[in-house]
Amino acid sequence: MDLDFTPAQEAFRAEARSWLHAHVPAAPLPSLETEAGFAAHRAWEAQLAADRWSVVSWPEEYGGRGVDLVRWLVFEEEYYAAGAPGRVGQNGINLLAPTLFDHGTREQRARVLPPMATGEVVWAQAWSEPEAGSDLASLTSRAVRTGGGWLLSGQKTWSSRAAFADRAFGLFRSEPNTPKPQQGLTYLMFDLRAPGVTVRPIGRLDGKPAFAELFLDEVFVPDDDVIGEPGQGWRVAMSTAGNERGLTLRSPGRFLAAADRLLNLWQAQGSSPTTRDRVADAVIGARAYQLFTYANASRFLDGESIGPESSLNKIFWSEYDIALHETALELLGEEGELADTDWAEGYVFSLAGPIYAGTNEIQRDIIAERLLGLPKGRR
Amino acid sequence: MRFLLDPEQRAFADSLNAMLTAADTPSVVRSWSRGEHASGRALWRRIAEAGVFALAVPEAYEGLGPRPVELAVAFVELGRHAVPGPLVETVMAAALLTEPGSAKRLLPALASGEVMATAAPTGSYALDGDVATTRLSWDGDGNGLRMAPGHGPVRTSLDPARRLTHLLPGGELLTPDPPLVHALTWARLATAAQALGVGLALLDRTVTYVKQRTQFGVPIGSFQAVKHQLADAKIALEFARPMVFGAALTMTEADVAAAKVMACEAAYRTARTALQLHGAIGYTAEYDLSLWLTKARALRTSWGSPDACRAAVLSVPGDVSADGRRS
Repeated sequence: MDLDFTPAQEAFRAEARSWLHAHVPAAPLPSLETEAGFAAHRAWEAQLAADRWSVVSWPEEYGGRGVDLVRWLVFEEEYYAAGAPGRVGQNGINLLAPTLFDHGTREQRARVLPPMATGEVVWAQAWSEPEAGSDLASLTSRAVRTGGGWLLSGQKTWSSRAAFADRAFGLFRSEPNTPKPQQGLTYLMFDLRAPGVTVRPIGRLDGKPAFAELFLDEVFVPDDDVIGEPGQGWRVAMSTAGNERGLTLRSPGRFLAAADRLLNLWQAQGSSPTTRDRVADAVIGARAYQLFTYANASRFLDGESIGPESSLNKIFWSEYDIALHETALELLGEEGELADTDWAEGYVFSLAGPIYAGTNEIQRDIIAERLLGLPKGRR
Repeated sequence: MRFLLDPEQRAFADSLNAMLTAADTPSVVRSWSRGEHASGRALWRRIAEAGVFALAVPEAYEGLGPRPVELAVAFVELGRHAVPGPLVETVMAAALLTEPGSAKRLLPALASGEVMATAAPTGSYALDGDVATTRLSWDGDGNGLRMAPGHGPVRTSLDPARRLTHLLPGGELLTPDPPLVHALTWARLATAAQALGVGLALLDRTVTYVKQRTQFGVPIGSFQAVKHQLADAKIALEFARPMVFGAALTMTEADVAAAKVMACEAAYRTARTALQLHGAIGYTAEYDLSLWLTKARALRTSWGSPDACRAAVLSVPGDVSADGRRS
């Protein structure tokens, strides 16, 4: 058991740090959830990609560096420590790309991944529907067979980034009246600017259009944009959901950097004893999340799979993130009420954490039933 | 970087777990609480034979250490089985006795389990001062580390297995300048690991109970309000675990203090959940769950309250070097 990095890993860390030091914008970019901010973040993705820093864990042929999980963690630590911008491409990079690596065809990977890596194509997710949230399998949007492809119809909602994104991925019902609702679903990719698609942006709590409703009216999708077998979409999507909650959606680097900024803020304001314990908890929580992730990464590299344990991870970071930002807003005093600070932006973003990627209530059910072995019951 | 217990470390944990399971520790704890120490002493010797105390004692003094990771592995198991006695204090004594003369004289008997040690700042309670014969005390006035000449009356803790005494002042001067911060770090690590084990045992027992206990015609563990409390306990414990072993690897004051906060708060939270989900039976002294419930409370403030440890995480100057227990 050790926490030591190899000289090669340390060299990788130094290389990343040096590049970031030279390239991270001096002033923060405008909010990712605005049109101007979206464009600025897209340009930043291109800059990252030009020197192969946008998707370090991917194979080189798709724009990555083929690094393992440990180096990915190292890169993320350096990335957020450098104060680098949020990742506009994260839905595609964290959710769609792992699915394509597991279930996509070689042609799909070659076509979809390189422009994802550069930010040229930004992806939105299209899971939820007005009547299908936590009970996602009850979704009713349809994919109907047509010559050479499928026609998508129905309504998706809470589609993160869809207000400004280019394409989306999600589940559609391709076989009606199956014995179980998880059957007969197909995983598809589609163009948000295709005929028949209407995107209606939704203002999140602070009014910024961070997500959108999607209305689909016989939107044509070619067969090439089905991932996995038609009808097998649930299984394909669940491998994505596991990944989303697992090791890669929120890297420890993000929270280590946030805790560091919080500590600096507290010290700059005179290290008040009344907020000391909460600042300490932020520092402790970031370290705990880092070490928990290191342990899981070690298990993963040993060949073990990370299954329902990822639900522990999701609840921890989502609740941690809110607590950290609440403390920051309190430290800011009356300035903490203002909407246009980085802390306020982070706070509003954090509030969504326990809701998306499987609500924390669903995650607690998974922990109780699959990790503790408690009997299933009524929700 | 491979942040996982090695196979030998896991095997060590498994063998301790098996030995302690066979030892029927609840009955040992109940005897110990009544001041009947024979079965506790016998168990102590077996724990020593397994090499546990030797992990805190350098090889030069007939130990195997210092090996904080293996020590943490062992203390998780000691906590899991609610083993009584001055376990943490014996480890702390080993860390305090760095002066070669007293180390050579006192440490071999600690490593072998022949002698139990206790340790406390002057004026604070020492655990099991009536059983331990190496009784170390110090004050904040530079009077050094002394071998206390005796102990005061035994006070009962809310954890009946913890018998508290003051140590008598004076006694032989062992070293004028003991490594108090270093020793406190060892004490906190051992306490954190012990608390983690206590919490894991509480979770296990409660999960078993809610699967068996039936109300309204179904196991109470099928109710979401019950499940979610146990899920939260599981999260707290699973995030405390890597903190304990990470701290054992770095042994920095901040990492160890952070581990103590995480592990002790996780154990205490689990204790509250365990009590609530057991209902009235859990509120009785007779039911063995009480042995773990009360220990989780005691460990939470032993060798540094959550507040004191949070201050240490932020490196806020405190008076820990003068008074490890009460700061």
